Amino acid sequence: MFVSYKWLEEYIDLTDVTPEELAEKITRSGIEVEGVEVPAEGIKNVVIGHVVSCEKHPEADKLNICQVDVGEEENVQIICGAPNVAEGQKVAVAKVGAVLPGNFKIKKAKLRGEASHGMICSLQELGVEAKLVEKKYAEGIFNFPQNAEVGADALEALMLDDAILELGLTPNRADAMSMIGVAYETGAILDRPVKLPELGYETAAERAEDAIKVTVEAVEENPIYLAKVVKGVKVGESPQWMKNRLVAAGIRPHNNVVDITNYILIEYGQPLHAFDLDQIGTGEIVVRLAKQNEKIKTLDEAERTLNENHLVITNGEVPMAIAGVMGGYDSEVTDKTVNVVIESAYFAPSTVRQTSKELGLRSEASSRFEKGVDPKRASLAAERAAQLLSLYADGEVLSGTSASENMVIKEKEISISLEKINRVTGTELSEQDVLEIFRRLQIEASVNSGLITVSAPTRRGDLEIEEDLIEEVARLYGYDNIPMTLPVHETNPGGLSPRQQKRRLIRQTMEGAGLVQAVTYSLTNQQKVTEFALAAKTPVELMMPMSEERSQLRQSIIPQLLESVAYNSARQKDSSAFYETGSVFLADGSELPNEDEHLAGALTGLWQQHPWQGEKKPVDFYVAKGMLDALWEKLGISDEIRYEASNMDHMHPGRTAAVLYKEKQVGVVGQVHPVKAKELDLKETYVFEIKLEDIYGDETAPLKYNAIPRYPSISRDIALVTDRSVDAGTLESIIKDAGGKLLKNVQLFDLYQGDKMEEGKKSLAFSLTYMDPERTLTDEEVVKAHDQVLEAVKEKTGAALRS
Amino acid sequence: MEQRLQELKQEALEKIQHAADLKELNDVRVAYLGKKGPITEVLKGMGKLSAEERPKMGALANEVRDTITNAIEEKQEGLEKEAVEKQLAEESIDVTLPGRPVPAGHAHPLTTVIEEIEDLFISMGYTVEEGPEVEKDYYNFEALNLPKGHPARDMQDSFYITEDVLLRTHTSPVQARTMERHAGKGPVKIICPGKVYRRDNDDATHSHQFMQIEGLVVDENIRMSDLKGTLNVFAKKMFGEDREIRLRPSFFPFTEPSVEMDISCKICGGKGCSVCKGTGWIEILGAGMVHPNVLKMAGFDPEKYTGFAFGMGPERIAMLKYGIDDIRHFYTNDDRFLKQFARKEIR
Repeated sequence: MFVSYKWLEEYIDLTDVTPEELAEKITRSGIEVEGVEVPAEGIKNVVIGHVVSCEKHPEADKLNICQVDVGEEENVQIICGAPNVAEGQKVAVAKVGAVLPGNFKIKKAKLRGEASHGMICSLQELGVEAKLVEKKYAEGIFNFPQNAEVGADALEALMLDDAILELGLTPNRADAMSMIGVAYETGAILDRPVKLPELGYETAAERAEDAIKVTVEAVEENPIYLAKVVKGVKVGESPQWMKNRLVAAGIRPHNNVVDITNYILIEYGQPLHAFDLDQIGTGEIVVRLAKQNEKIKTLDEAERTLNENHLVITNGEVPMAIAGVMGGYDSEVTDKTVNVVIESAYFAPSTVRQTSKELGLRSEASSRFEKGVDPKRASLAAERAAQLLSLYADGEVLSGTSASENMVIKEKEISISLEKINRVTGTELSEQDVLEIFRRLQIEASVNSGLITVSAPTRRGDLEIEEDLIEEVARLYGYDNIPMTLPVHETNPGGLSPRQQKRRLIRQTMEGAGLVQAVTYSLTNQQKVTEFALAAKTPVELMMPMSEERSQLRQSIIPQLLESVAYNSARQKDSSAFYETGSVFLADGSELPNEDEHLAGALTGLWQQHPWQGEKKPVDFYVAKGMLDALWEKLGISDEIRYEASNMDHMHPGRTAAVLYKEKQVGVVGQVHPVKAKELDLKETYVFEIKLEDIYGDETAPLKYNAIPRYPSISRDIALVTDRSVDAGTLESIIKDAGGKLLKNVQLFDLYQGDKMEEGKKSLAFSLTYMDPERTLTDEEVVKAHDQVLEAVKEKTGAALRS
Repeated sequence: MEQRLQELKQEALEKIQHAADLKELNDVRVAYLGKKGPITEVLKGMGKLSAEERPKMGALANEVRDTITNAIEEKQEGLEKEAVEKQLAEESIDVTLPGRPVPAGHAHPLTTVIEEIEDLFISMGYTVEEGPEVEKDYYNFEALNLPKGHPARDMQDSFYITEDVLLRTHTSPVQARTMERHAGKGPVKIICPGKVYRRDNDDATHSHQFMQIEGLVVDENIRMSDLKGTLNVFAKKMFGEDREIRLRPSFFPFTEPSVEMDISCKICGGKGCSVCKGTGWIEILGAGMVHPNVLKMAGFDPEKYTGFAFGMGPERIAMLKYGIDDIRHFYTNDDRFLKQFARKEIR
């Protein structure tokens, strides 16, 4: 809503309150003022001039040589290229020395040999938005009315020296979608009275009811319909002040009849519609629901197809307007119109909202009706329209109103105790303070047996419950004046849940391991949605996606991380190491999908490097695995974790492992299949993804100190030759099982499968540590345990000691 | 004999003096002080001496031995020091060559902001609650005083999965779920961070996926002044002690009265600049007193309980704090963006 400061002054005294101060006050007490704009800012020295003569330029077809009276001793000569310039016009003249928007300075000039001392301006050249310039002047210069005073300030005459406050209205404050509504608000803030327009005009003997009959068939959708009839109107230009105000409000002037309806729309917030009485043809107006597939050509010359939910204004035969949304083309007021019917109605908000939405058609009218207009304004606005049409269109207003009224207009009574107001806000207001606030709001309030009872005026449809009254009191008392306290109550200590603590631990561990946290989108496309999923499910799909690319909910984080890796490598970043934790969405037949939290990582390029020492360590499987191992260590679950060679779509078949926690697969780690990597423009890339739910679910083991052993441990190394197919993990478990309780640690320290080995064989060397915390081990005991290990390994894998 | 001892001493001291390294020095030690050395040899002749001369000669022999031993030790120390110095000189390096890079990861800036807010509220006794991102329409809208047909819940604005299930448009459903779990009994004191989704085209200021963090306190006697005090603590801790807050009336279906909070602009100090669009204030969050309908829906008696709620966007806060101009940066994971947040800001 654009509010003209100068127009607002008509309803309220704004002495001593600058537009900026007013904006700040309005913002602080309820409606955000998003900006204050002075249209004439940066423009100066533009006056009203009288074109005394206008002749064709001898050297240029499109130019005219004008002698213009600008209220100075001598006329000035101005060369003007506007197609509509003519002798006798009153025009806006930017004199030599004037400044126009964009810091455009007007200087003396010569145009094809003729001197030009200034410029005759179009409204656009004065900074008025093109869409607000009336069609007549859209392609040329603007003409003032003939009575305009020569030499006067043109900016003032055009009200461009006004200040426009842009209100950002929340949906509950539909009451401020009118100048009068803003005046009430301003009045409450400044504690100044509101002056409403004085209504009154002469009427003809003929009765409106005889000229047009009103029948409403859908009273629920249209509880109030009022029609005023004005005959003998002269359609023409509106007075300059009205045009100025409309432009300030963001509405393009058309002709006096249409302008008056728009003016009242802004003034009262009541949308009106003007019909050409003679075009109605039938002498009657019937309001009814549209028929299925009924058609109407609207003002914007588009043909609209209606349905049975839409309300239409008909002439008893065909629709003439879509109620509360837009008028019809055929019954529109034109230059030839003589007799006018003014519609002022109350349409049900839900009907207008639905119609406007289904037709994809929004207007100043629909945006007000759908939020609910003040039902009392319908008759006020109708009277105002009749008055202005008689004043500015020379119309003759028929007596009375042709009406259909089926609504009991009642003010809602709401009661609240002073104690509650103070208890909820934390203030210590007196009864008097509260009553004073309602008085300023021009809302009736009284005290009955300790309760403050308020009659919510119809213009304030947002006041319904006690809390609405609390807000009124609080905002006018001033949010600034509310004290600052902290809740006084029994408090439990705050904190993170075990799950949240584990998430942070995971984050710190991953970052400590050198990974950078990424955040990617949950929505992906049909192809990626199940890629890399640990257990793919039927995808969860959006009903109305914005694009195919973001239409389904991810089941793995890896595809998005790979996208991030590819994004960076396309920007000369060859090495990347990302991790992310977040939800994946797995349908399980219930109403909401299962949301599993996953940890994923993606690594490519160099892992470590120290260039001047010639060290470059590319990422490999074991780098990724080592990060996970660090995590298991931190979470204290290393003993419950096992890796197993595994195979998975889009993963390298020989470099992928399933991660098992308590013998149940919780994740995967490995190299992205080179074919897939190529498809994604990736070099050798390693990924992992872990389902965290099971790990989150288990409590961590209690931390308990073990005494530092006082007896030395004994180490023995063994190098075993086995078939290549025997993996190290298997050997390690066999060793651990066979070593007995004295075997405390097994560490693989060498792998050899080079030339010196027999075909198909490899050598693995382990270091075994034996210890008894209670005493010093004897050699015999160690030999015995060690022999058992060797025996078991030989028996179970056919491995032999390397000679 | 005495003369012989004096000669040996002289000889030995000279050799010690000239010993070039530890080995030569050791040779001297073995040669003079060893069991087969000349001093031992000389002392073997002690038997031939008179009873008077014997102790005298014994003392002299000891003195010679001690002198040589001391000289050797002294020399040894010197030689060792020399050797160390030589080694150190050989070992010296160019300390200005680059060090070995330690792979260092770091958090996403949104995580940093969210955890900072979490920790601040935890210190004030809040717990952190979470909920599903795919949510029932009931919790996302209905339980929050946004019944079906309410203009603020357009299908066009939300990602629906079925008629009754959608991607949550705010983290408020977590509030509704938590209150419901409390079954009408306070206090509830939570903050709820998480991802939310809206049907917006991605551009510099819009993202179809973004973060939100909301807070809720419900108990007997929770006042609007408590909300104001709480937000003031938050604003000063998050943005600096010198910041002022301003509450403005606003509208949200789930709170009444509703407020929006601005903080004074740091850039211009409140005078007005391009960041605050000339107003001197920057909008930070929305808040209000929990609407009685919301309390009722969750089983709380609005006559007994009151509460406040607030909600903010970590992206917006990060953008303001760090001067980021495009919300899409948060989801592109461009290394040139992320690495700027590797450093920890400690205030």
